[in-house]
Amino acid sequence: MDRLQVVLAQLSPRLGDFEWNLDKHHEWIREARARGAQLIIFPELGLTGYQVQDMTLDIARPLIHPQIQSLIEASREIDIVFSFVEETSHHLFHVSAVYASEGKVRAVHRKVYLPTYGMFDERRYFAPGTRFQTFSGTPAGTAGMLLCEDAWHVTSPYLLALGGANFMIVTASSPARDVTDAHYFGSQRFWRELLRVYAQTYGCPIAFVNRVGVEDGISFFGGSGAVSPEGDWLFTAPTVEEGMFSIQLDLRSVRRARFSTPILRDERPLLVQRELERILRQREETQCDWAPNSQPEGERT
Amino acid sequence: MKPEVANRLRLNEDLTLALLERFIRDEVDKSGFQRVVFGLSGGIDSALVAYLAVRALGRDRTHAVLMPYETSSPASLTDAFAVVHDLQMPHTVVPITAPVDAYFAQVDALLGSPATPLRKGNRMARERMCTLFDFSAHLAALVLGTSNKTELLLGYGTQFGDMASALNPIGDLYKCQVRQLSNAVGVPRSILEKAPSADLWENQTDEQELGFTYDDADEVLYYLVDERYSLDETVALGYSEALVSRVIQRVRRNQYKRKPPVIAKISPRTVGIDFRYLRDWGN
Repeated sequence: MDRLQVVLAQLSPRLGDFEWNLDKHHEWIREARARGAQLIIFPELGLTGYQVQDMTLDIARPLIHPQIQSLIEASREIDIVFSFVEETSHHLFHVSAVYASEGKVRAVHRKVYLPTYGMFDERRYFAPGTRFQTFSGTPAGTAGMLLCEDAWHVTSPYLLALGGANFMIVTASSPARDVTDAHYFGSQRFWRELLRVYAQTYGCPIAFVNRVGVEDGISFFGGSGAVSPEGDWLFTAPTVEEGMFSIQLDLRSVRRARFSTPILRDERPLLVQRELERILRQREETQCDWAPNSQPEGERT
Repeated sequence: MKPEVANRLRLNEDLTLALLERFIRDEVDKSGFQRVVFGLSGGIDSALVAYLAVRALGRDRTHAVLMPYETSSPASLTDAFAVVHDLQMPHTVVPITAPVDAYFAQVDALLGSPATPLRKGNRMARERMCTLFDFSAHLAALVLGTSNKTELLLGYGTQFGDMASALNPIGDLYKCQVRQLSNAVGVPRSILEKAPSADLWENQTDEQELGFTYDDADEVLYYLVDERYSLDETVALGYSEALVSRVIQRVRRNQYKRKPPVIAKISPRTVGIDFRYLRDWGN
């Protein structure tokens, strides 16, 4: 199978209304199946809305919850990526994305980087995930998932690429901010640059699904799309407008891109590991900050 | 305005209008209200809000209230009418002279001295707010705010008066950005070109009262607020220390106007402190 039919579900969830959002997921899954898609991707926290704050206790669900299971069950005929606030058996609350296929959970990614600065307050409510784990069994082979801020750290796609990802799925609740004279919101422009560089660097197609809608004045920009392993944005959904967008990914392009520009092949992970260990040891010893060769405070002359 | 700041504050009009229209539609629909209501003064800020509201909801779901006081400039009412006629939107004229004068007739006698222009101006702003929230209940309409970012930051407005609203589509737009968008949506030329005025007393102009121009304020606020420059760093860009200090002082001194009332914490969970929900929670 050389082509992957994907539906990017750029929806506008209702804050805290799990039932309404779940119904909408099921409705769109049915529609995506009718379109012949193999995979439908919903945005970060599509089942709950983004700024759940103190609603967290009410809207968190364990994986075994019947509502979550209903989505996993729906994956018998189409693969589904969905996201919600996951409650663990130890009552940690994670921002999680699930990849479901053939009625089973293929993978759960728990958001590692929880932005807590400026307009963001995620670490106040959520526990961070601890790994970037790739998984197999998708129509594109081995894949990896990132949740929003995860993708703003360049090390995240690096780890997924080393883990063998042939396909990256990035879901987001990214706000529209920094409107300038440019064609894109400032936040959106950065996303477009980042994902283009990642896709081209690792020869890996990336599907990006960002929500739309407004929560107390904060608009989410949408602009979902896909980037080819050559670093081209193949498709960009409209900003601000809700909708299901069908795209087709050429899976053979990975092969061509990785032969033409074999950056991933030439990575030196053991060297990186050695260098990281050395750097971390030195940081520990000198308690220095990031400035290279900086001396501890007391030793400055 | 320095060209580099003017360029940085220049907006992509299509993108901004799409966002603001979506914001108004989304917030009104979520709240279960049918329409929006707002005060239309004849100034540029409320004129822009009128155009945004009609673009977002259609004219039948908007309502403008024109609330002149007897000393208001006649040009204000003429300009406000130019907007409602251009947009062909529902509107009501509610003069506020009688209620404001009745209040001061009573209170001046009780206090034994005539009210200052500032107190009269604040009372007018709050009379207008009361009228708008009454129309809100009558029309099942959300009150749209018409304070821009420059005013909000400088605190150039009346607390619980013109600063009160349910939704404010222009509160993150500097004055120069309000001008740019107003021009783009077709606000009448007479409004675009006149000197900004709160019109609370005769011949009042904002810039005279503030002691600096809106362009100066926008530039300095852009560096202080958006770019997080310090006083020294801003002065080093070539702005006078007197101007920058004045702006900083105004922003700080008026923080109270931008916040809900301060609550004394007693319990484990306190409204406004650690009882945290968006307003959307209630929708």
